[in-house]
Amino acid sequence: MNRLFQFLKPLRLPIATVLTLVAIRVLSDLYLPTLTADIVNNGIVLGNTHHIIQVGIRMLTIAALGGAASIAASYQSARVAAAFARVLREKVFSRVESFSLPEFDKFGTPSLINRTTNDVTQLQMVLLFGLRLIVTAPLMSIGGIFMAFSLDPTLSLIFIAILPFLIIIITFIARRGIPLFRRVQKRLDSLNLVLREGLTGIRVVRAFNRDTYEGERFQKANLNYTTTAIQVQRTMAIMRPVMMLLMNFTTIGIIWFGGLRIDSGFMQLGDLMAFIQYGMHIMFSLAMLSMMFVQIPRATASAHRVVEVLDTVPGIRDAGVVTPIENVKGYLEFTDVTFSYPGAERPALSNISFQATPGQVTAIIGGTGSGKSTLSSLILRLYDVDRGSIHIDGIDIRKLALEDLRRKIGFVPQKAVLFTGSIEDNILFGNDGATTGDVIRAAKVAQAANFIEKMPAGYASLITQEGRNISGGQKQRLAIARALARKPRIYILDEFFSALDFRTGAQLRTALKKETGNSTVIIIAQRVSTIMDADQIIVLEEGKIAGLGTHKELLATCRIYREIASSQLTEEEIA
Amino acid sequence: MSNDKRPASSRFRPRGRGSRHFAMSLPAEKPQQFKKTLSRLLQYIRPHLLSLLFVVLAAIIGTIFTILTPRLIGEVTTIIYTGLVDKMNNVPGAIIDFNQIRKILFLLAGLYLVSSLFLYLEHIVMAGVSQRTVYELRKEVSGKIARLPLKYLDSQPHGEILSRVTNDMDLIGSTLQQSMTQVIEAIVTIVGILIMMLLINHWLTFITLLTLPLSFAITTLVTRHSQKHFANQQRELGELNGHIEEMYGGHLVVKAFNYEKESLERFKTINRRLYAAGWQAQFLSGIIMPLLALVNNMGYVFIAVVGSIFVTRGLIAIGHVQAFFQYSKRFSHPIVQTANIANLLQSTIAAAERVFRLLDEDEEIPDREEALEQFSPRGNVHFADVDFSYREGESLIKKLNIDVRAGQTVAIVGPTGAGKTTLVNLMLRFYEVDGGTISIDGVDIKNIQRGALRNIFGMVLQDTWLFNGTIRDNIAYGREGATMKKIVQAARAAHADHFIRTLPQGYDTILKEEASNISYGQRQLLTIARALLADPPILILDEATSNVDTRTEILIQSAMARLMKGRTTFVIAHRLSTIRNADVILVMNRGVIVEQGTHEELLAREGFYADLYRSQFSAA
Repeated sequence: MNRLFQFLKPLRLPIATVLTLVAIRVLSDLYLPTLTADIVNNGIVLGNTHHIIQVGIRMLTIAALGGAASIAASYQSARVAAAFARVLREKVFSRVESFSLPEFDKFGTPSLINRTTNDVTQLQMVLLFGLRLIVTAPLMSIGGIFMAFSLDPTLSLIFIAILPFLIIIITFIARRGIPLFRRVQKRLDSLNLVLREGLTGIRVVRAFNRDTYEGERFQKANLNYTTTAIQVQRTMAIMRPVMMLLMNFTTIGIIWFGGLRIDSGFMQLGDLMAFIQYGMHIMFSLAMLSMMFVQIPRATASAHRVVEVLDTVPGIRDAGVVTPIENVKGYLEFTDVTFSYPGAERPALSNISFQATPGQVTAIIGGTGSGKSTLSSLILRLYDVDRGSIHIDGIDIRKLALEDLRRKIGFVPQKAVLFTGSIEDNILFGNDGATTGDVIRAAKVAQAANFIEKMPAGYASLITQEGRNISGGQKQRLAIARALARKPRIYILDEFFSALDFRTGAQLRTALKKETGNSTVIIIAQRVSTIMDADQIIVLEEGKIAGLGTHKELLATCRIYREIASSQLTEEEIA
Repeated sequence: MSNDKRPASSRFRPRGRGSRHFAMSLPAEKPQQFKKTLSRLLQYIRPHLLSLLFVVLAAIIGTIFTILTPRLIGEVTTIIYTGLVDKMNNVPGAIIDFNQIRKILFLLAGLYLVSSLFLYLEHIVMAGVSQRTVYELRKEVSGKIARLPLKYLDSQPHGEILSRVTNDMDLIGSTLQQSMTQVIEAIVTIVGILIMMLLINHWLTFITLLTLPLSFAITTLVTRHSQKHFANQQRELGELNGHIEEMYGGHLVVKAFNYEKESLERFKTINRRLYAAGWQAQFLSGIIMPLLALVNNMGYVFIAVVGSIFVTRGLIAIGHVQAFFQYSKRFSHPIVQTANIANLLQSTIAAAERVFRLLDEDEEIPDREEALEQFSPRGNVHFADVDFSYREGESLIKKLNIDVRAGQTVAIVGPTGAGKTTLVNLMLRFYEVDGGTISIDGVDIKNIQRGALRNIFGMVLQDTWLFNGTIRDNIAYGREGATMKKIVQAARAAHADHFIRTLPQGYDTILKEEASNISYGQRQLLTIARALLADPPILILDEATSNVDTRTEILIQSAMARLMKGRTTFVIAHRLSTIRNADVILVMNRGVIVEQGTHEELLAREGFYADLYRSQFSAA
């Protein structure tokens, strides 16, 4: 939580302004009863109509002043809270953008989204709420007691007598309420989880006739939530009556003792009436504090989640001194690379050594979990190797600026990811240097030009979120075009045929071959048929190289490769 | 677009939960049929009528008692004042009557106690009523979802349905909890205070009433204005969230393509707009309270002045003026509150309407009465003249005839998005055919209860679905009460046993949401194990092995071969090598079966299939 206060620092002045304005409002609220006392003491009791009207005008001025201060405070606080949220949101977002994959693995994408959106908004609301209402309570209490003291110090003792009770009640409810609110939130989350799972897996549920079971699971979560929700409501239901009661008994005390003091001439009647008002103001503002109990668990949880993101330093950053690199040739070398995912028992890749040279196609084949995609992540330096090194043109990639490194790599991920925007925007993604000519050329090679041109707006056609308005195969072709448009020196194509039908896949391969001429090409594949003619094939098995060579060589020497090939191809196709 | 009617991306979009607590006064959605929906909602509260009656009574008593108190305090003030004035005027024997004061104060304490007690009771009873009502409603919706046809569920974003059960229910719940009691209290307060004020003085009442139209005008004017800004804020927030979701979702690509800077620039642009829209909305909605307070304070001053003058003229007792202060302060509050509640009630009814609309959706056609409760077929599947379309007028399947004998393997082949899952949808009666019949061992599937029908099929679907629970439970999902031995057997056959045992808690490892703690291939293996355990006569493999590595695939295929023996199997895949051995190949294109036959037959036909097949190798 404290960590977030630093974001308030630049807003010190506006916050001070808000506090001053709130103080003015509080003073005006408290001054009105004082003036009422004046009317009673010097107007009514003495029968002075002129004085009554005079004080009345003063009261109007004070009320107007208080109102103006209050509106100005509302304006300032809205700006402060919005500015706070704006800065915080941007800090969180840019921090997340600086994360590499280990950090994303740690948090999970949905959680990061939530932290950047909902949690920040939550904090904005709490700040706004705090500036408007919560700061009123201490100001009102201090001001009220001060005013009471100046009227009659002895009678003011009543507020001091009541204070312990107040503290006891508030802490009691806070102690009970805050954990309850936490629990109710948890139960709501698990209710959502059950429902969400039931919906996404509806076919499985029905195919296995588990409707009843799922129904019961939901009912259990539903009941759990309801029980806790009722508990929370009931706890909070004590709050209002008890606070009211305390306030009212304070009033009774003031009247009784005030009456006695008036009787003995220590106090005037108007002062008593003012006193009652002070008491009410103080108690009301303290009752406002109780609204915090709902907010505190939410706010601290949000703050905690946001700070966690801000405190996470991406493990992969540019070195202090980066080696400049120009005219990359694309010569790629893995030397004894070993890598484990954080917390994993066994390394995902161990002792990987190979070289890939420009103009060559290097294929990587192997099963799920054999480490193929991990290998491509390492080239992009989305993870850092644990041991060994990766060199490009003889330079350790850790010495290169991340931007320089990635600029030279054309990456086609396993799952084609597109973004909202036009098709042209998507092909130009992260690549300002490319021209419209480049875009069209890339689309042609990627076998995407045909369907793009058939679309009503051509290259200006809009892709909706996650590319929902085009098919999987079309998405994949656009992802390929995006990689091509960068004119990279190294291509990494991760199972990029998977969503394409055979014919398109074949055409694409032919076109790509021409385009990638003297670049280094790394193809990750599961199907032997797509990589049979590669210059070298690396067979990965449980993170280790099980074979390296051409199709023919591997058939002769590598048992695993033979198994893969024979499971996919017929005898004549293998040969 | 793909014809496959798989659920659309089901990412649950979180909504700004909790913001309601800040009275952000979002533009209220207008319900279409207010009265009808309200009366229907009231039906749900009906079982709690007795409790509700108690709540109303408690609210009335509690509020009335509260209303009486300022008057009593006023009495005390008057007593003190009279005593004081008498003393000043040297009236013989003049004292402040503390006996009388003590009596009144005791009465006052009693009133306070009783009213607090009643208000407390009112709230705890209402908490039960509102939460239980929502509980029932939620239960009903959950039951309803189980009976809704996939036709409906596929057409709705899951986030929408989720929002019915969470956000809408939340709103209904909190409105019942707070607004109901608030309305009652407000009405009693307004009427009660009006009576009390009139009893004291007509003129002062008149002054208080004068402030009302002003309060109303301010509330409506500012609200109308601020809602425009709230809509702006909401729009910018939506855009910003969209950008965040996209950039985080595509993080890998953002990184690989050095897009971070541009992404941040775009973010800043939207964030700036959000800031502007946001503070304006918050500012405007924030000034209602101060403005009303100002009006209230002005009323207070006028009452003070006029009241005081009346006292000096002897027209009114001083205690009455004091009571009036309090009454006028409490008078405007419930009125403004009622205006807020009216808004809230509208959005609540709109929420209820959405929930009811879901509850009113057409359900799956119930099983026929004569439908078989149990059915153990050999596995002959027959499609006769089947017609089907997802949308009216867009016929997808016309006069389809397929004949599969027990134990045969059917491969369904076609380019991406050829609508292969449609067949699954029809065979399991997730969707109903428009014409023709599908029969198993000669029995029309409409004459088999859905439960029994689905027991016949073992499925490994493309979207592997595992739920939050142990691995053991996930495998046993298809067979209630399966023994541990059977579970391990199935896991072994699916080659999942090994990896399961490498996990920290083995079979008791709890899978996280969407099983994010195991790999995709491992998830596939688990679903395969689950299908193996279920041991059904007909198998449907929906590209089940496409995410399992080729080596494991070999092993799975051998296990499958054993399992497939004597079972009818439908394999949906586009990897030709895996389907070459099929007895029948169904070639689909654009949702229509264009060819059927064996591999050799189809190659000899030199048609679509031959073309498709050759293209796989021609360029290699």
